[in-house]
Amino acid sequence: MKYALLGNPNTGKSSVFNMLTGLRQHVGNFPGVTVDKKYGSIEFDGNTHELVDYPGTYSIYPRSEDEKVVYEQLCVGDNKPDVLIAVVDASNLERNLLFFSQLYDLGKPILMVLNMVDLAERNGVSISLDGIQRMFPETTIISTNARVKIGKSNVIKALKTMKSRSEIRFIEGSLCAMEDVDCQEQETKQRYSKIQKGLSEIIVHTAPRKKGSAWDKWLLHPVFGYVFFAAILLLIFQSIYSIAALPMDLIDGSFVDLSTWMKAALPAGVFTDLITQGLIPGIGGVVIFIPQIALLFLFIGILEETGYLARVVFILDRLMRPLGLNGKSVVPLMSSVACAVPGVMAARTISDRKERLITILVAPLMSCSARIPVYTLLIALVIPQETVLGFLNLQGLVLFGLYFLGTAMALLIALLLRGIIRKGEKGFLMLELPSYKLPRVGNLFLLVWEKVKIFVWDAGKIILAISVVLWFLASYGPSESINNAEKKAIAFAKENSLSEEQRDQLVASGRLEGSYIGHMGKWIEPAIRPLGYDWKIGIALITSFAAREVFVGSMATIYAVQDDGETNSTLLDKMRKEKNSDGSPVYSRATGLSLMVFYAFAMMCMATLAVVKRETKSWKWPMVQLAYMGILAYGGALLTYLIAS
Amino acid sequence: MKLSDIPKGKRAIVVGLNSTDLRVKLMEMGIMEGRELEVLHIAPFGDPIAVEVDGYTLALRLDEAALIDVNEINTAQ
Repeated sequence: MKYALLGNPNTGKSSVFNMLTGLRQHVGNFPGVTVDKKYGSIEFDGNTHELVDYPGTYSIYPRSEDEKVVYEQLCVGDNKPDVLIAVVDASNLERNLLFFSQLYDLGKPILMVLNMVDLAERNGVSISLDGIQRMFPETTIISTNARVKIGKSNVIKALKTMKSRSEIRFIEGSLCAMEDVDCQEQETKQRYSKIQKGLSEIIVHTAPRKKGSAWDKWLLHPVFGYVFFAAILLLIFQSIYSIAALPMDLIDGSFVDLSTWMKAALPAGVFTDLITQGLIPGIGGVVIFIPQIALLFLFIGILEETGYLARVVFILDRLMRPLGLNGKSVVPLMSSVACAVPGVMAARTISDRKERLITILVAPLMSCSARIPVYTLLIALVIPQETVLGFLNLQGLVLFGLYFLGTAMALLIALLLRGIIRKGEKGFLMLELPSYKLPRVGNLFLLVWEKVKIFVWDAGKIILAISVVLWFLASYGPSESINNAEKKAIAFAKENSLSEEQRDQLVASGRLEGSYIGHMGKWIEPAIRPLGYDWKIGIALITSFAAREVFVGSMATIYAVQDDGETNSTLLDKMRKEKNSDGSPVYSRATGLSLMVFYAFAMMCMATLAVVKRETKSWKWPMVQLAYMGILAYGGALLTYLIAS
Repeated sequence: MKLSDIPKGKRAIVVGLNSTDLRVKLMEMGIMEGRELEVLHIAPFGDPIAVEVDGYTLALRLDEAALIDVNEINTAQ
């Protein structure tokens, strides 16, 4: 049997879903749309049944592209559910019963989970279950409240004893067509007048109704509201940045250790190289993102569950609207300063399709933490340690400038995209500001679990595949050229009686130069010459295509120095001494600045590309992103080089 | 008068919905003729606004609120 879970937003529907399915839930696709389909299994009477969680909507008739799923799955086609479970918010009965009455008229057995009865009572409303039963005689009703768990056994017991349906409907006649707004208007009026008539027998007002929430006075305050939100953002940003650093170092270290251990344990050969240099670092490159993703979604889960996220939209809507963004875009964009991967995934909270897409497309322009090692190296290389205007550190100022550049470009591109991307539907806000609630630990845990799972399985595959390809290209080349390079390096080391370590570094450098990537670096040199780069920088650009922070490591390999990961002093010395054929230094200030701008704009992160593909459900948008950011990077770097030199 | 003209803290009664596209959506959100609303909050920069509708709080943009014809309820009387 197929069960469908439906209801208005903010009714506690996801709590019901989590309670019924627990860890046995999955995310898939509804056919033809970019809406995630959450489904799970419930077992009783020795049978396993499928339960699908539909997006929360206020009506069976869709008002946005994503809401079409509900109408299409319930009214059209032959994949209709057999039984409906509708979650109804008791504190908001009239509006909730409108949707319920539409579902009731589908003629399927239907269970009403009347939630938040306690909240209704606090609002001075007492509800008669008998009255609701009289209004919908063929539904089974169970009532519960936000604090106390309904209990899975109660729901299952109700599901076992569902009332069968006759021809009785709430209102006569069949449902309207999806586009027939006039028909829908008439129908809605008819439903409301019947509901309102019935409600007088159902609802007893025991106390004057409470209006809004006392918290809103402060959280929506013109000054304090922003201060509070800024504090929350800072907290999230700091946590992703600092708390995540510890497990990330641990993961990084463990994978290096694993790689070293495997190398020692396995016989030398291509297969071992594939495992120790291709697969293990590739898997490590996926796992490393988990702490940041988990932390961000823990915070977003708290913001969403408490009802605060809707308030964020309320205070920021006016500011973000001219940019084609949504108030909810602020959280993904700010998170992207730590890492664009969780940032892009966080754009899921934006319900407007166009605003969500724009947010995803510009998020990687925010300067993420992976750019820091690149910026630090380049700043140390070409920006002098000076004080300007009496108190500002010039190096720090340049770093700030790069962050500013990324943010400004993200907003500017958002503005441009706003005019370019066609709008599928008329945008509207009409957002419920739900009452404040304490978050439920179980819901938070399942949310974090789901996001991590999606990232590891869906994006992880792509990241791993690209890592292995890049490893191959950097380790192999036309056999003649790679062997020659190695021989030359060994001979040179012997001649100059270098230490074993120095010889190995020289060999690695020679092999990289002789590899396919080395050849590609030389091959693209004419294209990057105008930016002030030589072929060695070309190699570093290609190797760091998958992850920008690889730039530093590649530079170390190219210049055959130890990558000490901290001060890079030997690498800096080598790079400073590097001369062009005409004797001028390769890393002039112009080249250094041009490289910084390149890294500020270029889409050099396959993890982000993989996540964008997963979130937009097509390769189109990651490719658009790769292209526009590539053009921006090239153009920006060229302009910088021309101005600076 | 339109809902967008009602100052914060004032109540109003809906007398008509002016939109063809959004009329059903507004009704589904609980805004219909005869409904009493109260403007609870106005966001910084004057837009959007939050109104109390039948026991819950609904945020609307000003141009959406402008589609709703209302009569202000004078509480002083």
